[in-house]
Amino acid sequence: MDFKSSDTITGPRTEDHLPQTAQAAVKIVIVGGFGVGKTTMVGSVSEIKPLTTEETMTQAGVGVDDNYGSDTKTATTVAMDFGRISITDQLVLYLFGTPGQERFWFLWNGLFEGALGAVVLIDTRRLEVSFDVMGRLEERGVPFVVAVNSFPDAPRYPVEDLRTALDLSEDIPIIECDARRRASSRDTLMTLMRFLHSLAMTGALRR
Amino acid sequence: MTPPQRQRRFPKPEPVPQPPPREEQEPPEGQKKNPERLYVITGPDGVERVELDLVTLIVARADPPPSATPEQAALLRLCTAPLSVAELSAYLSLPFSVVTVLLTELVTAELVTVRAPIIRQALADRSLLEAVMHGLQKL
Repeated sequence: MDFKSSDTITGPRTEDHLPQTAQAAVKIVIVGGFGVGKTTMVGSVSEIKPLTTEETMTQAGVGVDDNYGSDTKTATTVAMDFGRISITDQLVLYLFGTPGQERFWFLWNGLFEGALGAVVLIDTRRLEVSFDVMGRLEERGVPFVVAVNSFPDAPRYPVEDLRTALDLSEDIPIIECDARRRASSRDTLMTLMRFLHSLAMTGALRR
Repeated sequence: MTPPQRQRRFPKPEPVPQPPPREEQEPPEGQKKNPERLYVITGPDGVERVELDLVTLIVARADPPPSATPEQAALLRLCTAPLSVAELSAYLSLPFSVVTVLLTELVTAELVTVRAPIIRQALADRSLLEAVMHGLQKL
C-alpha cells in the first residue's frame, strides 16, 4: 500500500478545524443503492467538502459485486463518503453515505449500531434495491425514515402506495426530498430527528 | 401503475423463530468475529485494542517524537485540533482499519487522547436529540 509522504498530505483547511472544545460526536447513516443520491445529500448539508474513507475487502468479497460500482474503484475497496455538521462547540454530527449491501457494513465497526438513526434514500425507478436494507435495519433495531429522492423522470407514487409497497408501519415517516438542495436535505434529517424524539418520548411513557 | 412490492424477510409481528442462518449472520455473543483482523497488530505484545469508532475524536497530545514513523508523524500533525478517525482515514488516504492500528500505537505511547462518541442507547437521550435538532435548524 502506498503511503503519501507527509509533505504531500493536505489536512483540513484552517476554517475546517473543529474547536478544541469538541468533546463528542454522533452519527447518522444515509443508506441506499448506488447512484441514489447519498453523496449528494451528504454534500448538500455538510460544512466540509465531503471526504471519503475506504476499507479493503478480503478475498471473500472480491468479484461478488461485478454489476455495481464505477470503473475507477477496484473490486477490493469499499468507499464511504461522509460529511460533518457542527452542532455546538462540544458536539459534532457526522453523516455517512453507505452502500445498501450489508456485506459491506461489517467493514466499519458499529457503523449502524452506534448511529442515532438512518435515512433510507430511495429512487422510485429502482425501489427494489432498498427492500433488503430496510429488512436489515429492522432486524438490527436501527430506527429509520424513508426519503424519496425525486428524480425528474422517476415514477411518482402516492405515499400510501409506497407505504404499502415497502410494507412500513404508519409511524415510519416517508417523505419526498431533493438531495441536491440543502434545505430539503436538512428537512429530511429533521424528520429523522423528530421521529427519534417521538420514539424516545413513547419509550419514556412505557416505563 | 403500482410500485413493486417488498416481501418481508419475516412476517409482522416479528416471530420468535430465529431467521435462517446465513454466512454473514452475527454469531452468538462471545464468538463474534472481529472484522478488523485484516491487519494484525504487531506492536508490543499484549497491547489492549482501543475501541475506535469512525467518529471517535482524536487529539494530539504532543509533537511527533523523532522515533515516530512517517505515518504516525503525519497523523499527529493532522490532529492538533480534534479530528475524527474517519477524517484521519480520508486525509491520510489509509483504510479505516490501518488508521485504527496506528492510533492504537499512539494511544499506547500516550501521544494522542481519545474522545469517545455518543452511541445510540436503547432509550435515546432526549436532550441530545434536541441539541442535534437545534443545530440542524440553524443550517
